[in-house]
Amino acid sequence: MAAIPEKLARLLAMFSGMEDRSERIQLLIDIADRFKRVLVPERIASRPYPKDKLVPGCESQAYVWAEELPDRTLKFYFAVENPQGISAMATSVIFDETLSGAPPEQILQVPKDAIYTIFGNELSMGKSMGLMGILAMVQNYARQQIARTGDPAAGPS
Amino acid sequence: MTDIKERGYARPEVLVSTDWVAQHLSDPNVRIIESNEDPLLYPARHIAGAVEVDWTKDLNDQLRRDYLGKSGFETLMSRIGCTRDTTVVFYGDKNNWWACYAFWVFHLFGHTAAKVMDGGSLKWEKEGRPMTKEVPKYPASKYVAPERDDSRIRAYRNHVLSHVEGKKPLVDVRSPEEYAGTRLHMPDYPNEGALRGGHIPGAASIPWGRAINPDDHTFKTAEELRAIYEKEKGLKKDDDVVVYCRIGERSSHTWFVLTYLLGYPKVRNYDGSWTEWGNLVGVPIEK
Repeated sequence: MAAIPEKLARLLAMFSGMEDRSERIQLLIDIADRFKRVLVPERIASRPYPKDKLVPGCESQAYVWAEELPDRTLKFYFAVENPQGISAMATSVIFDETLSGAPPEQILQVPKDAIYTIFGNELSMGKSMGLMGILAMVQNYARQQIARTGDPAAGPS
Repeated sequence: MTDIKERGYARPEVLVSTDWVAQHLSDPNVRIIESNEDPLLYPARHIAGAVEVDWTKDLNDQLRRDYLGKSGFETLMSRIGCTRDTTVVFYGDKNNWWACYAFWVFHLFGHTAAKVMDGGSLKWEKEGRPMTKEVPKYPASKYVAPERDDSRIRAYRNHVLSHVEGKKPLVDVRSPEEYAGTRLHMPDYPNEGALRGGHIPGAASIPWGRAINPDDHTFKTAEELRAIYEKEKGLKKDDDVVVYCRIGERSSHTWFVLTYLLGYPKVRNYDGSWTEWGNLVGVPIEK
């Protein structure tokens, strides 16, 4: 079984050791400040964004796209239409920085509770649904990519 | 949206506009309080001079499922520099859902000099009004609170059971999927789960967000609200009403609407809500 992508594993290890709530919040705000880097470019999509890219259950109106790279990995792009969707922006940045370019098989191994490791267990239900929805959407793209290009772990058929 | 005073509310003084808040930022008798679902929002940016009241660490007892007690409330009010005479003005994310929750908890301690900023922080932000990261510091105040009074606006499970047996009106403000029991909670969700899906018998489904204009996040007019709660769902002003959701925060928004905007004299918020009722031994549910 594939492990989760190494960059994400390192990030999760850092968050799981973080006990100071203010430190966690400030770090997530700093991460969200990099959101423009992961914003979907015009060549991929422009407003109004298609409904099939909208994350179900995300009240911040987050959208996710995936672009195939030459090495068959995926580059993820995001949009967050609610200007107050800071947590969704932070999540988008984290997933771009740790999952873009990672083997799709590894992306599928990311557990849902990674969201709690990152944001802490105080997440409200509504917020966790939205953030887990972003992860689910990223994993759906990875699943589709494996179906399209084959799973190298399965070996030759 | 029309001026607040022209919307026909029973108690229009509890709702203030973003303009009003902008004009009172330096008013020593007013404390602006931000209360959000998302703990990242206040540290990222807020109205200048506003303090934060955090629903998880400021309003709840950390060891039992309950709100803070008298001494905890006194400590909170002292920290944010409020006296019994300070008018507190709440605003926040999610169309003021958490702001109304804080407003409700403050009322448990009789701090009724309280208002809500119509449209919440999103309206303020969309209007391009200034925001800051600077956290204000106010001199600690001396605040003496009364004992928390749960008798008037808070309902416990035994009250709700009597309510059900008496066939009195209940309002379930959760989503239609939660009401129907088709959505219980997120897989692996650690905080707000329930064993059973459905609703309290006899409850009417009126999702809390229906009270809000989706375009500018303000409250609908009294006439529009009556069309929903009374003409469509059959509530009457003199009804003894219990509202609930999952943990009592969304329903505090509806409690605010019924009590202050429509002037219902007896509305109680069942904060045990579905996380208690859906797990409670020996009580009936409906799907």
